[in-house]
Amino acid sequence: MNLVKKRKIKNAIALSASVFAAIVGLFWLVFILSSVLIKGASSINLSLFLNDPVPPGIPGGGLRCAFVGQAIITLIATLVGVPIGVLGGTFLAEYGRYKKYSGIISSLADMMTSFPSIVVGVFVYTVMVRPMGHFNGYAGAVALAIIMIPIIVRTTEETLKLIPWELREAAFALGAPYYRVIKDIVFRGAATGLFTGILLSVARVAVETAPLLFTSFNNSFLTLNPNQPMPSLTVTIYQYAMGPYEAWHRLAWGASFVIVLFVLVMSVFGRWIISKRYKNG
Amino acid sequence: MGEVLIKVRNLSFYYGENRVLKDINMDVFKNTVTALIGPSGCGKTTFLRCFNRMHDLYKGNRYEGEIIYNGENILKTQDLIRLRSKIGMVFQRPTPFPMSIFDNVAYGLKLKGIKKKSEIEVIVERSLMEAALWDEVKDKLNSPATSLSGGQQQRLVIARTLAIEPDIILFDEPTSALDPIATAKIEELITHLKDITTVLIVTHNMQQAARISEYTAFMYRGELIEFDKTENIFTNPKEELTEKYITGRFG
Amino acid sequence: MKERFYVKEGLFKSLSFASALIIVLICIAMFVVLFVFSYPAIKQFGVVHFILSDAWNPVRKVFGGAGAIYGTIVTTVLSLIFAVPVSLGIAVFITQICPHSLKRYFSNAIELLASIPSIIYGMWGLFTLAPLMRNYIEPFLQKIFLPIPVVRCLFEGTPLGIDLLTSGLVLSIMIIPFISSIARDTFELVPKELKESAYAMGATKWEMIKDVIFPYSKIGVLSGIIIATGRALGETMAVAFVLGNDHNIHLSLLKSSTTISVTLANEFTEADFSLYLSSLFYLAFILFIMSFTALGLAKFLLKRMKR
Repeated sequence: MNLVKKRKIKNAIALSASVFAAIVGLFWLVFILSSVLIKGASSINLSLFLNDPVPPGIPGGGLRCAFVGQAIITLIATLVGVPIGVLGGTFLAEYGRYKKYSGIISSLADMMTSFPSIVVGVFVYTVMVRPMGHFNGYAGAVALAIIMIPIIVRTTEETLKLIPWELREAAFALGAPYYRVIKDIVFRGAATGLFTGILLSVARVAVETAPLLFTSFNNSFLTLNPNQPMPSLTVTIYQYAMGPYEAWHRLAWGASFVIVLFVLVMSVFGRWIISKRYKNG
Repeated sequence: MGEVLIKVRNLSFYYGENRVLKDINMDVFKNTVTALIGPSGCGKTTFLRCFNRMHDLYKGNRYEGEIIYNGENILKTQDLIRLRSKIGMVFQRPTPFPMSIFDNVAYGLKLKGIKKKSEIEVIVERSLMEAALWDEVKDKLNSPATSLSGGQQQRLVIARTLAIEPDIILFDEPTSALDPIATAKIEELITHLKDITTVLIVTHNMQQAARISEYTAFMYRGELIEFDKTENIFTNPKEELTEKYITGRFG
Repeated sequence: MKERFYVKEGLFKSLSFASALIIVLICIAMFVVLFVFSYPAIKQFGVVHFILSDAWNPVRKVFGGAGAIYGTIVTTVLSLIFAVPVSLGIAVFITQICPHSLKRYFSNAIELLASIPSIIYGMWGLFTLAPLMRNYIEPFLQKIFLPIPVVRCLFEGTPLGIDLLTSGLVLSIMIIPFISSIARDTFELVPKELKESAYAMGATKWEMIKDVIFPYSKIGVLSGIIIATGRALGETMAVAFVLGNDHNIHLSLLKSSTTISVTLANEFTEADFSLYLSSLFYLAFILFIMSFTALGLAKFLLKRMKR
């Protein structure tokens, strides 16, 4: 066999391997999404959203308390995490733009976005749950906020740096103080990007499980008081999936269905906003 | 006139619907330096890239006409690998591969399947000598190619091309990214190259064309306006457009 | 009027500075808290002994981290073995093969893998993947590998589906999008002229990829792999479902094991005396150091590459 032919065959094999890898990647995605959506769809009914859990053996029951708890924890985490994250990112992109320590903080934030979230749970347990003496929703929210802050800091920093510097100079030239320039020019120009980034970050953090295990913990009653142990969808899935009862597994699938749907909708929505923004200029 | 190496007949080229080369006819003579000149956007680089079918890397391009080389139409050949191993190309900016100096020059030989180390070493040394780089790199053949200066990198790329003994080397403005001293070295090298191969060079610099080439082709808006001996083009052009260009009245 | 501007300006500036500083404070606080609370266990068991001993016995009040550390490392290494080739293949596909019109959709699809929460990976791993592993894949692997002398010890035991192999596989799916997106981005950075000049030498597409793109982007790809390692080390939920909780070290990949994060998830709320809790903190502290080192290294490489 001549050499050129051999090389062409090698080429064909290598490129087919690459196509195969791409198919493997897609295969996993389709496999995971389809099995969750198919198994979960049969567990979706009104009772899942409207009822609280019942003891094993009794038919019916739902996860109303987990939905409510999840919403409350996410809301508090957002209220704590987003302002700090946005302000911190603003500092890195504006006041501290060319400072060396900003680079360090930015790198640190970047590293924290890949940090083991369970360690954050352990940390918040130590500084909040132990002193307070019991698991509580506030601690869960703080744990989520700690994970949220570096993500939002980075998103904010990246988004603000996309705004051309000349725009700021133009505003300075009118005699505006920096905070007005940031508020009126930078934030306004970056509004869509900032909003999308924050939304996606919050959505990503909201479905974390590990940081809630030792902080908000879990319970099976509806509670609106964040000073008590608070159920969340993710921790509930963990507990129910590991449990022995078929009814629990069904509820866990139902909750997984809702989470996957939420993630899909968020990701499509985020891309839609971004593509719309680029189309408009 | 010498022996014709490549004949271009009625060549047209399309980017999608856009016809950017129009009906070009030209001969490339063996062991000569032929320069392609013309204002930017005239299609000289596009023309050059037809000879080794570089346009095939991108979608939506189409050739018409013929480029005859070794009795075969380049534009119709199926075996691009063989074609490109006979037609070398040197780009605007130096393109050393991310490997050592030695491995860069040996790269084409390895593709050709030459495995004998002694044989490779001989060819690498000869090619580096032909590219006037041997003395500068002989003590650091294993250093990364990127450690060389821009001019040295460009000569390394020429050596890499020479190693596979191409019938012709296409140069696409090879000195546009270099300083005057490095440029002078490359120009001198190119004038010597015609003893061992054939050179077709695109240049935006008319003086350069006058200094190094025997033949010059002047292109304008995708058409070949005039092709002749370089001295004729620069001293006694037949076309008014050519005269206007070389006297600097446009371009 | 002017005065009020200055006050507001100062207020805004210091507030934003404080917010940025919180990142640093959290890092330091985590380090200090983990260290202080693991100190009793460090004092009791020492560093080398704790890392090398796999005696994890709350009843006898002896703790060693080797089992969890071993599981963490094995699942991470397995996941890299599965994920790296696939991710590089995906990146090559996206940048070199995929038709332009499909490029964006395919990239988005792969990135969607990254936005699926780990709890879903866990659910899917436990109820869908584990039975498949137990009933089909693991018996098949045993049929192939058990007759081979040395390799056989990796595949001994009854296939349960809840083991190191399944965990490594689930983890690999989770880290594919991280490696492939960083690889894709660095592949895109290779100058067009460099690729063309490989083709101009008569190289095939694969030879161009192997000899130009891969060497040119090796640092970027390496840092992507290290970031993925950092992620895999600390992943909790996806693994907690499919690994079991066994502190003994088994050579076989078809045996249950545990990782640091899984141990924390399972035992942290049950630790009923202070040395137990402190040993768990010790594990968390080790995980903190491991991830911090990996992520810091990746960051360092990326910074050097940009320069």
